Amino acid sequence: MSVAEAQAPPCAFCMAMRRISMAVLPVLTVVSVIVAIWYGGAYLMNRWVTLDTAQRQGVELTFNELFADTMAQERPRLPAPHQVAAELWNTTAGEELFRERRGELRPNPRNLLFHAYQTLAPTLLGFVIGSLAGLLLAIGIVHNRAMDLSVMPWAIASQTIPILAVAPIVIVVLNAVGLTGVVPKSLISAYLSFFPVVVGMVKGLRSPGAIDLDLLRTYSASRTETLFKLRLPASVPFLFASLKVGIAAALVGTIVAELPTGARFGLGARLLTGSYYGQTIQIWSALFMAAICAAILVAILGLIERATLRRMGLNR
Amino acid sequence: MNAALRNIPILPVAAVVVLVFAGFYDLRLWVLLAVWLGAWYINTRLARSDGPVAALWVPVIFGLTLVGLWELTVRLYEVSPVILPAPSAIAVAFAQNTDILWADFVQTILKGALVGYVIGCGAAFLVALAVDRSPFLQKGMLPVGSFLAALPIVGTAPIFVMWLGFGPASKAAVVVAMVFFPMLVNAVEGLKASDKMQRDLMHTYAASYWQSLVKLRLPTALPFLFNGLKICTTLALIGAIVAEFFGSPTVGMGFRIKIEVGRLAMDVVWAEITVAALAGTGFYGLMTLLERQLTFWHPSQR
Repeated sequence: MSVAEAQAPPCAFCMAMRRISMAVLPVLTVVSVIVAIWYGGAYLMNRWVTLDTAQRQGVELTFNELFADTMAQERPRLPAPHQVAAELWNTTAGEELFRERRGELRPNPRNLLFHAYQTLAPTLLGFVIGSLAGLLLAIGIVHNRAMDLSVMPWAIASQTIPILAVAPIVIVVLNAVGLTGVVPKSLISAYLSFFPVVVGMVKGLRSPGAIDLDLLRTYSASRTETLFKLRLPASVPFLFASLKVGIAAALVGTIVAELPTGARFGLGARLLTGSYYGQTIQIWSALFMAAICAAILVAILGLIERATLRRMGLNR
Repeated sequence: MNAALRNIPILPVAAVVVLVFAGFYDLRLWVLLAVWLGAWYINTRLARSDGPVAALWVPVIFGLTLVGLWELTVRLYEVSPVILPAPSAIAVAFAQNTDILWADFVQTILKGALVGYVIGCGAAFLVALAVDRSPFLQKGMLPVGSFLAALPIVGTAPIFVMWLGFGPASKAAVVVAMVFFPMLVNAVEGLKASDKMQRDLMHTYAASYWQSLVKLRLPTALPFLFNGLKICTTLALIGAIVAEFFGSPTVGMGFRIKIEVGRLAMDVVWAEITVAALAGTGFYGLMTLLERQLTFWHPSQR
């Protein structure tokens, strides 16, 4: 940096812009490299079908024709990014949310937002149940040594078990008992968000140091008062960290839970029907919808986290 | 007196009271309650004594109690085996089907999950080494990587099955896709973990890039690498099993679960779940052991 630059106070706007470009530019580069690889892959993987058809029809293709065709097939092996984007747009903005059927106004199953809702509703319900239960158990564990010793090893071990993979069975069993619809799926997501919250919150509730606990003892505070005035506030950063892990797991859980049970609605169902009928564009658009949902959920939690921590004076 | 009153755990006491009263209508509840309270009493007594005895036996007793309550509930209430088989029935199914379970284990865990795990984690590590040399790439890769790591990658399973067929190759590919980004993020973080002072010291020794990588930066990265490796064990199993739901040869854990659920042979399904649980815990435990051997110097291991 030259002397003149160092002395002239840079305008706030330029600084902000520079900071943004420092953060955004590398990300943009990586993303555009990924998109470029994707286009290249789409060309390479879809080429054979095009060449095959051309050979059967006895047509010679120029490179431009070949490339154009690989980007616009109906059932490509790998749909090009713009095809997926177009499908996403057409099935969300291009379809009505509700349509009239047999004289009633019903949700339109052609709309991807409807499927996203079918997946998100049980995810959120289960997430709330699972997190609350996890919070209660964590409070119990912190206050009771027997509970700590007996539950914690199992809570930790349960993280290593591929529960997600057996989620479908739970659905089948609950269907056999007569529970259908939102409840079985939300039980899965409740279970999946339960353990991260337990483990994280036990850590969080124990995070106040001996000094703080001693201080409350000199105030002759009861355990309930200690819990609400010291332990719970101290555990808030841990709570949000585990909630973020939990909600991502809950969403994946709901999607997987929809897979082998032949669910008709939901993002998992879209994946499954897409794979049955070879509708690759549908699979990819469902996949992106799931990704968007996950990103939005985590982002919302992140915003709440920032606002909460700021009000508590805890943000860095 | 007041303090003692305030410290009574309200929720558990309320639950016990409710159960006692419900027992007047259904005597079987009293049996279950008695077993639970008995085990809990033993555990509370044990927990008061410090030391390794309590730390080992309290969780064991708790686990056994849960299994016992499960067995008792199934027997007392004559729960249909289609809904929930008793643990004893699962054990019998496990013993009778060891050959099938073993074949499924080899197909799914060894050929699918393990191969994908090694390839995925290896590739992620190599990419992390490359990314690490350029701060620009690092800044771009970390946010993108951690974004992708939070996505429902399992959803790519139908795509890989479509591309690579029903064999173990498609399962391994799903596992690669699942473990790649969590591992990448952890490896990149790990390679940054050494102190500036330490790196300067290596510089004053005129150490080359590779020397400082092997002697300083890889060892300091190990705790992060193992963190990634441990997260990925579970992901690998999930990926391999879920991918089989979309198509598989007539062997494999996901295939077996799907088929036996259809035939309502829930005891075999639960035996398969037991295998998955044992495999997951074993795999994770193996990584933890390795970690303890290799990162004995780290504060978290002391």
